[in-house]
Amino acid sequence: MQEETTPSFTDSCTISVTVNGQLYQRDVPVRLLLSDFLRHELHLTGTHVGCEHGVCGCCTVLLNGEPVRSCLMLAVQADEMPLTTIEGLAGTNSELHPIQQAFREKHGLQCGFCTPGIIMSVHAMLHENPDPTEEEIRHGLSGNLCRCTGYQHIVEAVQLAAERLREPHLEVD
Amino acid sequence: MKPPRFQYCAPHMLDEALVLLEQHAEETKVLAGGQSLIPLLNMRLAGPAYLVDINHLTELHYIEPEDGYLAIGATVRQAQVERSTHAQQVHPLLIETIQHIGHPQIRSRGTIVGSIAHADPAAELPALLTCLNGEVLLESIHGERVLKAEEFFTGYLSTALEPGEMVSEARFPWIPPQAGWAFMEFARRAGDYALVGAAAVLTPGLDDRCMTAHLAYLGIAGSPVRAREVEHNVVGSTLDDATLNQAAELARNLVSEDMEDVHATVEYRRALTAELTRRVLRAAWQRREH
Amino acid sequence: MATRWFGAPVQRTEDPRLLRGKGMFVDDIELPEMLHAAVLRSPHARARILAIDTSAARELPGVYAVYTAADLGDLLEPSPLLVPHQALTQPRTQLPLASQEVRYVGEAVALVVADSRYSAEDALDLIEVEYEPLPVVHNLEVAAAPDAPLVHEGVPDNVAAHLVQVVGEPDSIFADAPHVLKEQFYVERGAAMPMEGRGIVARWEAQSGALTCWISTQGPIPIRNGLAAMFHLPEHKVQVIAPDVGGGFGTKIMLFYPEEILVPFAAIYLGKPVKWIEDRRENFVSSNQERGQYHEVEYAFDDQGVLLAVRDTFWHDTGAYTPYGIIVPIITTCSLPGPYRLKHYASEFTVLYTNKVPVSPYRGAGRPHAVFVMERIMDAIARELHLDRLEVRSRNFIQPDEFPWDVGLVYQDGGPTKYDSGSYQEGLDKLKVLLNYEKFPQMQQEARKQGRYLGLGVGYYVEGTAIGPYEGAHIRVESDGRVFASTGVTTQGQAHYTTFAQIVADQLGVKPEDVLITTGDSQAFYWGMGTYASRAATVAGSAMHLAAVKVREKAKQVAADLFEAAPEDIELADGKVFVRDAPHRALTLGQLAISANPLRYSYGENARKLMSMHFAGPRPGPALPQERGGPGLEATEFYSPPHASFASGVHGAIVEVDATTGMVSFVKYAVVHDCGRVINPLVVEGQVHGGVAQGIGGAFYERLVYNEDGQIINASFMDYLIPTAAEIPAIVVDHVETPSPLNPLGMKGAGEAGVIPVPALFASAVDDALSPFGLRIREMPLHPRRLYELLQEARSKQ
Repeated sequence: MQEETTPSFTDSCTISVTVNGQLYQRDVPVRLLLSDFLRHELHLTGTHVGCEHGVCGCCTVLLNGEPVRSCLMLAVQADEMPLTTIEGLAGTNSELHPIQQAFREKHGLQCGFCTPGIIMSVHAMLHENPDPTEEEIRHGLSGNLCRCTGYQHIVEAVQLAAERLREPHLEVD
Repeated sequence: MKPPRFQYCAPHMLDEALVLLEQHAEETKVLAGGQSLIPLLNMRLAGPAYLVDINHLTELHYIEPEDGYLAIGATVRQAQVERSTHAQQVHPLLIETIQHIGHPQIRSRGTIVGSIAHADPAAELPALLTCLNGEVLLESIHGERVLKAEEFFTGYLSTALEPGEMVSEARFPWIPPQAGWAFMEFARRAGDYALVGAAAVLTPGLDDRCMTAHLAYLGIAGSPVRAREVEHNVVGSTLDDATLNQAAELARNLVSEDMEDVHATVEYRRALTAELTRRVLRAAWQRREH
Repeated sequence: MATRWFGAPVQRTEDPRLLRGKGMFVDDIELPEMLHAAVLRSPHARARILAIDTSAARELPGVYAVYTAADLGDLLEPSPLLVPHQALTQPRTQLPLASQEVRYVGEAVALVVADSRYSAEDALDLIEVEYEPLPVVHNLEVAAAPDAPLVHEGVPDNVAAHLVQVVGEPDSIFADAPHVLKEQFYVERGAAMPMEGRGIVARWEAQSGALTCWISTQGPIPIRNGLAAMFHLPEHKVQVIAPDVGGGFGTKIMLFYPEEILVPFAAIYLGKPVKWIEDRRENFVSSNQERGQYHEVEYAFDDQGVLLAVRDTFWHDTGAYTPYGIIVPIITTCSLPGPYRLKHYASEFTVLYTNKVPVSPYRGAGRPHAVFVMERIMDAIARELHLDRLEVRSRNFIQPDEFPWDVGLVYQDGGPTKYDSGSYQEGLDKLKVLLNYEKFPQMQQEARKQGRYLGLGVGYYVEGTAIGPYEGAHIRVESDGRVFASTGVTTQGQAHYTTFAQIVADQLGVKPEDVLITTGDSQAFYWGMGTYASRAATVAGSAMHLAAVKVREKAKQVAADLFEAAPEDIELADGKVFVRDAPHRALTLGQLAISANPLRYSYGENARKLMSMHFAGPRPGPALPQERGGPGLEATEFYSPPHASFASGVHGAIVEVDATTGMVSFVKYAVVHDCGRVINPLVVEGQVHGGVAQGIGGAFYERLVYNEDGQIINASFMDYLIPTAAEIPAIVVDHVETPSPLNPLGMKGAGEAGVIPVPALFASAVDDALSPFGLRIREMPLHPRRLYELLQEARSKQ
């Protein structure tokens, strides 16, 4: 058997992370949170930070397509992993993603601070359950706090987005 | 709210991890899903000098049916079990319990074993493991050992884990096919740590009386509590109202005197525990096969 | 001209940016060489500072500076008192850094500036402060006790202020009243908890002597004025920008928070930009809070359920300082009469210091407490006389023909508490329909047979909104036809970029998306106050309207000259300007804007077209006649309301109480809301929904729990329970529109409304659900444990 040296402890690492399809390579201190890495190293500031203890959901991003709190991960843990942030949801041209579009039409956002995290969570929710009931939507949203909207227009936006995503060929006005 | 400095390593082999854990055993923490540890780091309530990140230990990434139990390796995430059609079929109570943990964003990262190793008195999985009389497999460079849940959980956020040791597997015993089961809790908000919670498994005999009972609680003491007295009381009964009321009264006394916090007094926890006992036993019994 | 956009559910122009993650919140700002600050906060509620040793912190690699009070020089001054009042005899405000004594957990003691927030927090751990802990005043009861410890030396009995207001002759009414009841009510503290905490980036440019600050605030212009004075700079050299603000709810109208002085100070002295972002743990102990009051109320009524007189005495917890004066308790006094014909009313309050986070308005600002008291009174009268709860309210309403109705009190702005308009019975009638009120007793009966406890509650309120002193607006049409408008108020989610655009678009005949609004930039608009007190849409919106009217008049004048027509025959529509009946010969608004600026050096498509139309010819006088009042299509106007306008609303809900566990869930929630003319119904409904959710939080989930040491023991989102989508019910909203006669568009404020009656209706609903137990709720917020205790008490009495 080939002799291998045991890996050793370190306080910084070089990581390669694919965010929204683009590969980034950076040296980072091991204690850097993924949320801070996205925001301050990659300048993808659409991912917001609202509590840094995993309750508010503002920092939700997709890791391998699954919703995670980026404030509860170290940047080094995202090494070699694909991430999607709010900036990667719509194409680069003018069209909003159907979820974003539904939030606009239903007035599902006010100050907009929680919105990116909510949209990423909704994206994952609708992938898992394309036709949720109102109760399922409300529970599915319960990992994201919103202080402005009282959630009602958000629920309506999710319903509209779900409808459109189920039948993308239909034009709905 | 930023983590303090620490040294970090993310080995790919279990053997390497165990060596790293041994190097600075007293000052080292295992990082798995991080859903409890990283908040503590961010608040600087924990400050381990060394973190061993076990997320790359693919050899611990398994959900395996074994003789007598479902084995889950240390890198398996809660959401992976929740979504596993196999797990849904073979251990529905485990699935129901997992669905009470936090939110999808927590479960997609948090691990089954990590929740058990963290041993929060309000956490769901330690209570389930206790209810089922399940086990954990502990490993270190000195070898491995298997502990029963009740031996493993030793108090508030504390376990029998020795420095240099890690939990590599959790073992959830099978539930008899005819048994009824339920997991329930009282929580303030969707996804919150519960004020109290309980897991119950009731097996009916041929006479459709309760033949065996397993019942454990979370949130009523520093560790999960297996309610043996209540179980004895239930065995032999048809879970009639009188039995349920007796069970509720017995359960009330299981609440530890020091379980007071911002949300609940001991007295209130006792009232909730009594009511939860009725509800969880009733729900479990209704699910039995008869 | 018929309005088109005003009143329409226009989609928000701010959304595409925010939805793509392209907003710009303070923490999104990155500047070259920027440093990061962290604040050392007091761990004690009250202590003497004996010594501070910062040497180890200073030596940590990456640390640029550690400041304590001793380093601040002239800046070591108490923050200004924002709203003085003659009854506030003992005002006290906070130093930027505590120098000798700390008076609440969280008070700023030192500031670290380092190359990253991580290093700055490392340095905080190395600062050693020697404290001598002192006795703590942790609640109103302790503060009011004889021999209480004093929060401030020299403030006897901890009394900051004492105010009495009397209307009519309550004493003689009480003497002869057929029914008199007396009760105590208690409201505990809560907090605004915007999802974005506070934050500041400050940049000093030494060469030009210019200070720029981006602050997550509701009042950048007052901050600009204050910073200029503190740092001895000309006002125009200080620019304060409130960029996208992630919610404020009143807590960000407070100024000066210490960091708003310290961060610019550090930026100036270090010569590098400095950023400070409040984290959530800090937010719990360093952003102002509200609510805590204790009321002793006596009320008299007749056999018909008509309220004759109220005598309310209350104690208000102001925390360790009074930066915002006594605005909150004054609002409580003035809001208590609500929609009722209360002609005899004595209100007396005492403001007490405690060793807790200072108090300034949080959405609702003193009103939820007042409405709680008054609506509890209405329910009590109904219960006492065996009358229907809503019928009692109807018998007491001010009638539509009685407006303006002078309550007889001096309001928070010094003006009269004079209701401008309202239609209270209409609102209640609509609510009955939404709740299916007549059918409820049957529903309740049937549920009780199954052991389920349903209850219906209502809460009615009248809310003083849209206070002065004034706001202004500047509007300019540019050569491409787009309209740029700016105002001094800020936006933290209220859709001002859209609603103001709707107002302007109507006057100028353009689409709202062609009106670009700037808010919260002290350089874009020099004058103003900020967004608070449900005033921005009405006061700044009125200014927008007046400025737009002026631009429109000017456009007509310029077009009339060009077309050789009369100004009154000119029309503005679809982005074009033309003579009525001759729309084929039209100019675009952009072309008109160019021609309003005497034609020289114009570029672009519009200029070329304009030239091809050969308007230029010999002219008799100056290129820019005096009566034009300047070049371009541009105007600035200000609006100052005569006094507050009074919005109103009634909420109703059906709840289910689990009488075993004390858990409560909502079955139905309905709102009837009157904020006068509605600019955008989508936006108003959003405001109402959000208020209701905060109200439900403040009624059953959110409470700040201070222990005897003055520590908040639930200072995290794990334990301070902001409701999620799963706890908040679907909310049905209907409208009554009684236009305000006080402003040109008939508007009233809507921002705070939703939160105000929720504690009152929640108590009403819980009482109703648990009427078999004879429960009466007298405190807010409730929570399951407390409700369980109250039920146990009630059961033991039965």
